Formats: sequence, C-alpha cells, structure tokens
Amino acid sequence: MSIDERTITTRAPSAAKRSKRSAQRGGIRREVGIVSGLGHLSLFLWALAIIGPLLFTFLAAFKSNTEIFLGNPFALPKNWDIESFARAWTRARVGTYFLNSVFVVSVSTFFTMLFGSMAAYVLARYKFAGNRFIYYLFVAGLAFPVYVTLTPLYLIVQNMGMLGTYQGLILVYIAYSLPFTIFFLTAFFKTLPTSVAEAAIIDGASHYGLFFRVMLPMAKPGLVSIAIFNIIGQWNQYVLPVALLSGGTGNVQDKWLLTQGIAAISTSAGYRADWPALFAALTIAIIPMIIVYAIFQRQIQSGLTAGAVK
Amino acid sequence: MRHGRYPFVISFLIAPIALYAVFVLAPIVQAFFVAMTDWNGLSPNYNFVGLDNFSKILSDDKFLDAVLHHVVLLVALPIITIAIALFFAFLLNTGGGTRGGTPVGVWGSKFYRVIFFLPQVLAVVIVGVVFGRVFAPDDSGILNGMLGWVGVNPIGFMADFGLMSILATMIWQAVGFYVVLFSAGMASIPGEVYEAAILDGANRFAMFFRITVPMVWDTIQVAWVYLGILAFDAFALVMVMSIEEGGPDGATAVLPVLIYKQGIRESEYGYASALGVALFFLTITFAALSLRTSRRDTIEL
Repeated sequence: MSIDERTITTRAPSAAKRSKRSAQRGGIRREVGIVSGLGHLSLFLWALAIIGPLLFTFLAAFKSNTEIFLGNPFALPKNWDIESFARAWTRARVGTYFLNSVFVVSVSTFFTMLFGSMAAYVLARYKFAGNRFIYYLFVAGLAFPVYVTLTPLYLIVQNMGMLGTYQGLILVYIAYSLPFTIFFLTAFFKTLPTSVAEAAIIDGASHYGLFFRVMLPMAKPGLVSIAIFNIIGQWNQYVLPVALLSGGTGNVQDKWLLTQGIAAISTSAGYRADWPALFAALTIAIIPMIIVYAIFQRQIQSGLTAGAVK
Repeated sequence: MRHGRYPFVISFLIAPIALYAVFVLAPIVQAFFVAMTDWNGLSPNYNFVGLDNFSKILSDDKFLDAVLHHVVLLVALPIITIAIALFFAFLLNTGGGTRGGTPVGVWGSKFYRVIFFLPQVLAVVIVGVVFGRVFAPDDSGILNGMLGWVGVNPIGFMADFGLMSILATMIWQAVGFYVVLFSAGMASIPGEVYEAAILDGANRFAMFFRITVPMVWDTIQVAWVYLGILAFDAFALVMVMSIEEGGPDGATAVLPVLIYKQGIRESEYGYASALGVALFFLTITFAALSLRTSRRDTIEL
C-alpha cells in the first residue's frame, strides 16, 4: 500500500492535467468530465463532513455558553477564552484521566507485546504436542465480542478483589488483546528466514538469546504494526474501564480513564451548564490523537488495516 | 540447543495462557453456566433455573427491540459503508484518467485518504460526544444550525431518528478505514487489465463494475464480516448519544447496552449472562451465514 501511495502522489498532478486536456477534446469525453467533476465534489464534501464536526468542537472550546447556544455553530469565538481548558484540565479532571490512560495503556501494551510475541514465537517455530490446539484456542477468542463475557468477567475480577484497580484492568486488557496479537505475530514469525536462526544456534545462542537478540529485532516491522493496533485499541477502550473501574475501595473516580471521564463530563455538562469545558475536554482528547496520526499516518494506516489485509 | 526445549516452550507460554484462561476462557464457560441461574447481586445464593432466563428474554420487549435494531444495523451499515468506500477508493485509485494507459487516482488523493482515515484513530466515545452536538435538537447543533440557514425548523434527531443518527455516526467513522482497505486491494490490480478494458472501449462504469469490484471481492467479503461484527456493538455511541442510554423508550436499545445495564448496574447476573449468550449465538449465526452466502469464485491473477 505504501508503495502505491507514493506512485499515486507523484503521478496525480500530471494525470489531472491530462484528463482535463482530454476532457476538452469534447465528444464522449465530456461525460467523463462530468462524472469526475461529481467525483471531486463528493470527495470534497466528505472531507468537509470529517473536518466540520471536529473544527466545530475546537472552536466551541473557546466560546462562551451563550455563543455556543445562540451563535452560528461555525462562527469564530468573540474572545478566545482559554479559561475553559484550565477548567477542563483541573476541575473536570481531564488532566488526571489523560495521565491515567497514558499509564494504563503503556503498561498493558508493553505486556501485551511481550506475552503476545513470546507465545506467537513458540507457536510459530517450535514443534510440540498441543501446539495447534493452543494456537486455535487463542484464535477462537477473536470470535467472541467482549459483551458476551462482560458479566462473568466482572464477577471474576470482583472475586479476585481487583475491581476498581489498575491491576485488574491491565490484566484484562492484555488477555483480550492476546488473540489478535498472537494470530498476527504467529503468521509473521513464520515468514522470518530460518538461516539466521541456524547461524545463531551454531554460534551457541540459547533459546532465550535467540528470541531476544535475533528473532525480536528481525520481527520489528510486524511488532510495530501490532503495537500501534493495540495502543489505539486500548486507548479507545470504553466498556472495560466503565465496567471494571467501578465499585472497589477508595475513590474510584480518581482512577478513571480518558474515555470514561469524557463520557461522564458530557452527561454532566448539561446540568452544570459548562459546555465550553466539555468542548475543551474533547479538544484535549482529540488533538494528541491528530498529532500522533499526522506523524505516524502511514504506519497507523497499515497497522490498523493489517489484520484485514493479511 | 536440543536440551531445555520443553522448559523454554513452557516458560514462554505459561503467562499468556494463564491470563487468557482466567480472563477470557473462564468467563466464556461461566457465561453459559451463570445464564442458567437466577443469580443476582442481592444474595450470595442462587438456584439453577435451567432455560428460564432464555424464555424470559424471548418475551422481553427490550431484547426483541434490540435484536431488531441489530438487524437494521446489520443490513444498513455494511451496505452503505462499503458502497461509499468503494466509490471513494475507486476515485482515489483510478478516477484520475489514464497515464501511459494505466488509470491513476484523482488530484489530491493522498490528502483525501489521510483525512478520511482520521476518524478511525479517535475513540468511539469521543466521536459519540462530538456527534451528540452534531445532532443536537436545537439550532446550536451543527445539522440543525445548517438547516436553520435554509429556514427548516429544528429536527429532534435523537428523539425521532435515534437509530438512524447512530448509524450515520458509525458510517462517518468507518468509511475511511474501508477506503484504505479497498485502496490496498485496488493497488494490486495489474494496470494491463485496465489498459485492455480501455482499448476495448470500456467506460468508467464498466471498469468499476466489471473489473474493480470483482477483483477486490475478497476484500469486500472481509469488510462485510468486520462491519457486521461492528453492527453488534454500538455500545459507546448509544451510551453517550441516545436519550436515556438506549431511549427514548427503547428506540436505540442494543444488546451490549442491555447487558451492561442488567449485569453491571442492576447486578442481574443470571439474566445478563443469558443476554450475553444470546449475543454470542447471534454473532456466530451472522458469521456462519456471511461466510456461506458471500462465497463466490475469486479471480486468480
């Protein structure tokens, strides 16, 4: 896909000129011109539909309640009020939720990658009794929506005394990320050449040395794709924190993650009548994702679509 | 190297298997067991009630409404999303006329692809809150604000068209992903195929329906299954967008929301587990059906 993109961008401008020129030649070509005009228009409108709501959100973060409710939704704010960001960050605790999410996702993605690549490596490259069985057991997990197990999962975490704790949530995140990670990485480890591994064995590498020093570095492209997939998936997770970061001891609200925090702020924005703070909270949640996406756009696209293409 | 193989294999598998067994496999098995009890949060004791919960489910209007809503989403979401995404992907890959006999994308195709994909990296909850304002029932909402410019009275989107508004939001978020997916498929179609078609006098419509669609049919199947699974979710959007989390009066009820409300909030563990099992069978039925019906000869290159 990446190769294709590069060729298209280098070719596209001259191609457009050409099609314009040929359209001017009239005749049958005119019909094509109209179609591609409509095509362009539809692409432009869809891009507008994507950007519009986000732009509206960013603008509203700087507006007053009255402007939000009585003004034109796309008008610029009268005074660029940045107070709302301070209120969202501290009083609505978006800052806390944000850092909580960073912590939980960092830890759980790290261990998802570690455990996932360990299992995938062994399943891909070692023959032993039960290998296929274990592999299919993991892959079967792809077929179950998390809602099927939500109630028993809640009870299990409760029984272990881990309701309302990060340990519980992180372990659950890892467990539910394993099927896809193992499915993807097993296929990836199988494609790696055996010659390098054999050379390392001759040089006296142990099983562990072979994995950590040779195979993991070789698997880097696959690891990056699946790490991006897991980071975005876990960062955007909503039902698990809502179900599992409830109850427990202490003030569980201090442990909330960004997604559940934003959802809570959105329901309370109405009666607290602080809409600018809600939009500021949304802006704080959206902007980092856009920045990360802008930087790693190609890797993110291939990482997220990896499962469907392979 | 030969020695220590089994200890090594075991040491690498033990942690992943343990986690998976405790948090994924055990709940799946328990779901079926708890579904046959009258367990609720009020007492530690529970009775085995067989299939009672399931017969209760089948006479529960909320459940039947939710299933109906999933069916609506299951039909509309894949069809609309795939149609839009195929159209855009075709424009972005082959809509820009020909160069050296091979079709190329329209001007700005890279920019469009980047923008279209953007919603995919945003959390569904965030998208839901933003779209709560898009569909706000007064002129402060984006859509009603725009309708106000042309003199249309505000429409109560979430009150009167809740499910459709949620469907639109899902499509808004999903299209870009499938544009990228289909683009990858279309990129692997050899240019000569189009060259030959152009020489034979094929127009764009013929190229789209006779070449592009059949050649990416495999990818369309994958998209169908993915979007179908998505149609059984909608949890986050319904929770933050709809009136009263699934309302008004059950108009946007979906199974995940019922499971969450009954199981976690109301502590009706038995009943909620039965709802989970029902969701499981619905998903499996969909997967089996879609694998059977969408099978079609694929084109070997």
